[in-house]
Amino acid sequence: MYEDFLSSIAGVVGADQVLTGDEDLVPYGFDGTAVLKQRPLCVVFPADSLQVSGCVKLAALHAVPVVARGSGTGLSGGSVPVEKSMVLVLTRLDKILEVDERNLTLRAQCGVITKEVDDAAGRFGLFYPPDPGSMKISTIGGNVAENSGGLRGLKYGVTRDYVMGLTVVLPDGRLVELGNKCVKDVAGYSMKDLFIGSEGTLGIITEVLLKLLPKPQARRTMLALYDSMEAAAETVSAIIAAKIIPCTLEFLDRMTVGCVEDYAKIGLPTDVEALLLIETDGHPVAVEDETVRMRDIALKFGAREVKVAVDEAEGARLASARRQAFSALARVKPTTILEDVTVPRSELARMVKFIRLTAERHRLLIGTFGHMGDGNLHPTFLTDERDIEEMHRVELALEEIVEETLAVGGTVTGEHGVGLAKKVFLKRQFSEASYELMREVKRALDPRGLLNPGKIFD
Amino acid sequence: MATTLKQLDYSVLQQCMHCGMCLPTCPTYVETKRERNSPRGRIALMRSIADGETQVTKSFGEEMYYCLGCLACVTACPAGVNYVELFETARADVERKGVLHTPQRGFWRWLTLEVLFMRPRLLRAVGMGLRWYQRSGVEKVVRGSGLLRLLPEGLRRLEPQTPVMSAVFSNGLIEEVEEPVGVRKYRVALLTGCVQDLAFAEVNRDTADVLLANGCEVVTPSVQPCCGSLHGHNGAPELAMELARRQLDLFEVESLDAIISNAGGCGSHLKHYGPLLKEDARYAERARLWDSKVRDVHEWLAEIGFRVPSAGCGVEEVTYHESCHLTHGQKVVAAPRLVLGSIPGLKVVELPESNWCCGSAGIYNITQPEQSAKLLKRKVEKIAETGVPVVATSNPGCHLQIAAELKADLGNKCKSVTQPVTLLAQAYRNERSGGVVNGEA
Repeated sequence: MYEDFLSSIAGVVGADQVLTGDEDLVPYGFDGTAVLKQRPLCVVFPADSLQVSGCVKLAALHAVPVVARGSGTGLSGGSVPVEKSMVLVLTRLDKILEVDERNLTLRAQCGVITKEVDDAAGRFGLFYPPDPGSMKISTIGGNVAENSGGLRGLKYGVTRDYVMGLTVVLPDGRLVELGNKCVKDVAGYSMKDLFIGSEGTLGIITEVLLKLLPKPQARRTMLALYDSMEAAAETVSAIIAAKIIPCTLEFLDRMTVGCVEDYAKIGLPTDVEALLLIETDGHPVAVEDETVRMRDIALKFGAREVKVAVDEAEGARLASARRQAFSALARVKPTTILEDVTVPRSELARMVKFIRLTAERHRLLIGTFGHMGDGNLHPTFLTDERDIEEMHRVELALEEIVEETLAVGGTVTGEHGVGLAKKVFLKRQFSEASYELMREVKRALDPRGLLNPGKIFD
Repeated sequence: MATTLKQLDYSVLQQCMHCGMCLPTCPTYVETKRERNSPRGRIALMRSIADGETQVTKSFGEEMYYCLGCLACVTACPAGVNYVELFETARADVERKGVLHTPQRGFWRWLTLEVLFMRPRLLRAVGMGLRWYQRSGVEKVVRGSGLLRLLPEGLRRLEPQTPVMSAVFSNGLIEEVEEPVGVRKYRVALLTGCVQDLAFAEVNRDTADVLLANGCEVVTPSVQPCCGSLHGHNGAPELAMELARRQLDLFEVESLDAIISNAGGCGSHLKHYGPLLKEDARYAERARLWDSKVRDVHEWLAEIGFRVPSAGCGVEEVTYHESCHLTHGQKVVAAPRLVLGSIPGLKVVELPESNWCCGSAGIYNITQPEQSAKLLKRKVEKIAETGVPVVATSNPGCHLQIAAELKADLGNKCKSVTQPVTLLAQAYRNERSGGVVNGEA
């Protein structure tokens, strides 16, 4: 029954850009999320916005669900296919179309790797602040669709804060352009914002117009080592309370530090209970001042030692070690289930302690790291999906962590999105009316539910 | 070791959490941007076979042989996936199921894996024949006559890549036991390799000289079996095990301080006899001892604090291409640069993408000529960017591959391929003759 559909898709993108064989489909059955997998009907590689539009029109005609995919690094199952779906892989849309130095903007196709966006900006003395841990691999379109965060979120915010415009293919295949280069623009509804973080459920983003910032003149990185997790969390609260906003304030617990060191071998001490990676950037004088003040605060709140990186290369090495934290944790046990709970920063110490006690209570290994400065924690369950009894305990522990997060005014996801992994929790976070509002938006735009069905909500 | 994916310890497959950190480091994924051509995609295929969801098919077999086995993904993988074991088991499974079998492929596999590379004397005899052919002028006549057009296309394409045989093989250049001048500090064995022995015997001589100059007594059996890396990497684990046993029988492992390899690809395999023979009660322990003593020559030199030469080597500028299995397989990254950097008057220019595969990858340039050629082109372009006349590498496969292309690439300023150990040996020689200082010839 799909033969007509497949041949008409081949007519749009070319026969060699449509895959249907077992060996081709299996590797597209998953993304970066643990456990979840589902084989699609076909995998298609359009080359530009018009081809995406053509594919979506045909999918609508044949009622085939469409799942958009970049590099497949998502951590909430957002790009895991649904049954009998067409996976649209957007990595061929990989051109940076323009860097506008006069307006500090960059226009790119959705499949450009995020780091290439930052590199291109760098050639003009500019930078693209959001820096998800996966920036060397993830695509900018995927980042916008998931509204990714990253290591500089504390000072610079998330992807949403840098999107000025989008080109989007709607569920019926129409192409729309939203936003522009104007810093101020209040004409009508802020439609681009609707699509940022919509996880491929409302439209397929094919081009992005991004805001860039001048590169900070100076940057300093330091490491603070702690014998207690709570002391590290208190340091974070104290830095924020002292009205210092560093660009990065990352936290790694003992297990995470051990795994990262095991992989990266950069000389991290493995006998600490917690470690803070702190980075400040901006005017050299301000950077120096903040470095000294934050070092003093860290020591006052119980840091065993504070090491300031001697130069930028050393700082970069430390920060890059942090980017590997999640994957490095997989060294301990075969299955890693990464959570993304975020709490108001005043509640950090309490939350970190709660996670530790929950792990003990359920006899589980949980490695915790995260973007402490913005309250975004990544408690990571280290388990084995084949151990059914343990997986049950993982579920119980996860429930408790989510309940506690919501009780202190937190959110179930700070940067990974809802996807498949967190949709059961989403309902609890929202009131009946606000949850229903989201569903109404989805129904209005995609009444037949063909774009990434089953994600965010059922 | 397991010879099918279903026998494999499942946790090795599970270790991949498909985070994608491997993608930008994989030369085949970067070329095609298709998941099946990436490490995590290949592991997903292996896992679906282990799970019984898919079968070992021709298409799977082709994918396993499209992978270079360069192991760049192993370096990139924070989760510590044992890709070597996965890859070798998958290829063994492909061979066991025979999904790629054709009479022609079967013949060549039989001739190389089961005949030539199982019989070192026969291999040398063939090498001697080839040497006669190349040196007697017959090769020129044959090439000029157009007779080569009679060869099947695959062979015709390969003919220009046939390595030039050394005038004398390692056994003609190196005594079975050689003593250092002065105090003997270590006793080491020297592995002469197969291609290295036939095509780069003088590199083996250089290696022995460098070891002697650093107080090592060097033990070099004149006839050595292939180490089995060719077999291990190409889906013939039983033969690889057989060769490992022969190797273990040949050397007095206990009495040696180190077993020295100077070929990146061999060394990477030689360090894994332990896992290879872990189920062999007679050899398992000896294999573990062996593993603990195998060193790449640069690694060994760095470890013992080698003597810095006081003379130059006659070369002023060099760049360094990393063999995949030396850098990703053995993690020997800094030591060769340390060796090059120690030579007076030699400027070492860093090669962009120095650890990106050159496309040689064992016999990959034979089995996958197209992808191999793309990688080779990329490699020589990077070498040209450095503007340096000499490139050093430390694996005979890379050496041959790059040398062949540089010869054809007329615009490239780089004309010469050498090995770090050769340059160091030359510097030591120049010390004695009092000739070259600070790079001046």
